[in-house]
Amino acid sequence: MTRHTLSVLVENKPGVLTRVSGLFARRGFNIHSLAVGPTEHETISRITVVVDVDALPLEQVTKQLNKLVHVLKIVELENDSSVGRQLLLVKVRADAQTRSGVLEVVNLFRAHVVDVVTDTVVVEAVGTDAKLTALIGALEPYGIREIVKSGTIAIGRGSRSITDRALERVRATA
Amino acid sequence: MATTTPSPAQVAARSSVVPAGTPTAAVGAGEAMSGAQSIVRSLEEVGADVVFGIPGGAILPTYDPLLDSQRLRHILVRHEQGGGHAASGYAHATGRVGVTMATSGPGATNLVTPLADANMDSIPMVAITGQVGAAMIGTDAFQEADIVGITMPVTKHSYLVTDPADIPHVIKEAFHIASTGRPGPVLVDIAKSAMQAQTTFTWPSDVHLPGYHPVTKPHAKQVREAAKLLATARRPVLYVGGGVIRAQAWAGLRKLADLSGAPVVTTLMARGALPDTHPQNLGMPGMHGAVPAVAALQKADLIVALGTRFDDRVTGQLSSFAPHAAVVHADIDPAEIGKNRAVDVPIVGDLREVFADLVPALEAEHARTGLPDLAAWWHQIDGWRSTYPLGYTETADGLLAPQHVIQRLGQLNDPETVYVSGVGQHQMWAAQFITYENPRTWINSGGLGTMGYSIPAAMGAKVGRPDATVWAIDGDGCFQMTNQELATCTINDIPIKVALVNNSSLGMVRQWQTLFYDERYSNTDLHTGHGTRRVPDFVKLAEAYDAVGIRVESPAEVDDAIKRANEIDDRPVVVDFTVSRDAMVWPMVAAGVSNDDIQYARGISPAWDRED
Repeated sequence: MTRHTLSVLVENKPGVLTRVSGLFARRGFNIHSLAVGPTEHETISRITVVVDVDALPLEQVTKQLNKLVHVLKIVELENDSSVGRQLLLVKVRADAQTRSGVLEVVNLFRAHVVDVVTDTVVVEAVGTDAKLTALIGALEPYGIREIVKSGTIAIGRGSRSITDRALERVRATA
Repeated sequence: MATTTPSPAQVAARSSVVPAGTPTAAVGAGEAMSGAQSIVRSLEEVGADVVFGIPGGAILPTYDPLLDSQRLRHILVRHEQGGGHAASGYAHATGRVGVTMATSGPGATNLVTPLADANMDSIPMVAITGQVGAAMIGTDAFQEADIVGITMPVTKHSYLVTDPADIPHVIKEAFHIASTGRPGPVLVDIAKSAMQAQTTFTWPSDVHLPGYHPVTKPHAKQVREAAKLLATARRPVLYVGGGVIRAQAWAGLRKLADLSGAPVVTTLMARGALPDTHPQNLGMPGMHGAVPAVAALQKADLIVALGTRFDDRVTGQLSSFAPHAAVVHADIDPAEIGKNRAVDVPIVGDLREVFADLVPALEAEHARTGLPDLAAWWHQIDGWRSTYPLGYTETADGLLAPQHVIQRLGQLNDPETVYVSGVGQHQMWAAQFITYENPRTWINSGGLGTMGYSIPAAMGAKVGRPDATVWAIDGDGCFQMTNQELATCTINDIPIKVALVNNSSLGMVRQWQTLFYDERYSNTDLHTGHGTRRVPDFVKLAEAYDAVGIRVESPAEVDDAIKRANEIDDRPVVVDFTVSRDAMVWPMVAAGVSNDDIQYARGISPAWDRED
């Protein structure tokens, strides 16, 4: 099985996230991560789904997704022609003795400290899955108290916009 | 039309006080009316003529203007499941969208089975359900159920309407989605508050569905590829599914069959798509298919699959299904293509358009390469046909053979007769032993396999085609799930006929217990047949519904009973054929094994090698 990132453009309608995520569950596909948010057009939302799946089942899930009435467009974003990022917030033990070590790791990974109290810091980092995993590994010895991670969001490289054509379609039938 | 928003108490009392008077005039722009009136008006505008339903609290406001509608006939069913299957039978028999209506909560959840059934069999259906008032949604209110959430996996699409202004366009969209592309059920859940509120009715001129674009026109290059393969294959088979009937493409199929000279197999959902008397029709493939149909697919070098989905009941063990065949697969639903079986030539499109393009493309190929020589293939097939014809053995217990009953039923009725079955042994025998000559004369629950489908679906079919003779072919197990709709039939002058194939047991389950569970008959005895207490007595039950009940226990009585039933047209008839419980459905491919291992009868498998 390989990891695939799908960008699913949907009409911004109630229940659309349930329809999409329910379809994955119903057809037996495991969602690795899912992130949903607005786009530059108020009637269109973008769901980024990362799935671990073989090529043939991926084609099947894409076809099934396309049958959902509120789904406008599905694009698979390939790793080398797109940028994918996750957001990580991690709460790490950092007292007077260890704080400088923690901060050194934070700086090496170009992460930021966004909250400090006497015994912990909260670190914010943005990056690929690999980078964030490495960061967590580096912070582990200091004592990790809490991790929260967003799903991957991704966008294609270059000047093309995948929302353009979906937008045309929405306007054409309006 | 301006009426004030009524309180629930007013609504309950209203029908006797205020005649609501639903307007039935031509499409108006911006007429003031209640949401409930807008629902009725929208159903009228969209062309619905029959609604199968039952009122209840949350749908009550809509039933008031419904009383005055001149264009909608509402048929009061006895159970929501009956209403849903009736809408399905209506749709299956006519090709039009079936409509069912129910209240919130339990009324709506009772529709889950018919919706799932329609989803599996691609039946165009719209279900309108009442929902609790918008302000109460999410509070666990009385008779509240999240029916949109519950039915999401089993509907083509669904709506929750809380703003009455949305009613006309939602209903228009629901019918559009249900009936176009691959047909299916659409649920429209409407909050009671939206029915009671005042709104402005404007019938939309168009639907606005930017994410819904079924592809109907097949790709020319793929059609040419398909024609090329079909023109050169030595052992082709046309594998025809229910999509041919949904697409009303039987005339095109006939042309393709005649032109190609290829053998045709018609699945359970496609019986009647090509006449059974057509010399190229090998009958039904699959688990209980005819040996020539199953064998032809197994030995084919080309399968042209038309409006079908390589269901496990057709393919048997998928890895050994039709191992030598290249596959052309034409379907309106792109997700079906390549889902179960890898495809060499995919064609996405409406089958009517596929045939319209494929027939001339094949003619052109024939002109180029000459007609293919299928003589050897037909020689082999005819060998299977003569060695393994459809048949059955007489019963050992001296009781009536169910196959005889069904065969005589088919022989004593004209080919326009519509047969509607439940699910189980009787369904398989009805698919095997009746000669279907016309599309839409065989209605059954194929994909979901819903026991109890027959009586309500036969009722719906009869409403849709009042001039046709409609025979429900039902089992004693199925019949006990939905026979309450006989009351609906009697009261509403829907004279269906019921051939009850009463083997006093859950026959198909019992057959598997015989074959695979060492004859340990766990919970399959229903005590309704020969030599039992007959609980219930189906003749008395029929009479209780003011239908005619006839009991048949010996072969000599069969024909007379069928003829007598055919003469009765003023009320439903139930013929209780008490048959042997030991009769089994053959041929059979056991679940999960290769179609090569089909058994013609118990312990008898065709010897393929001798013929290869």
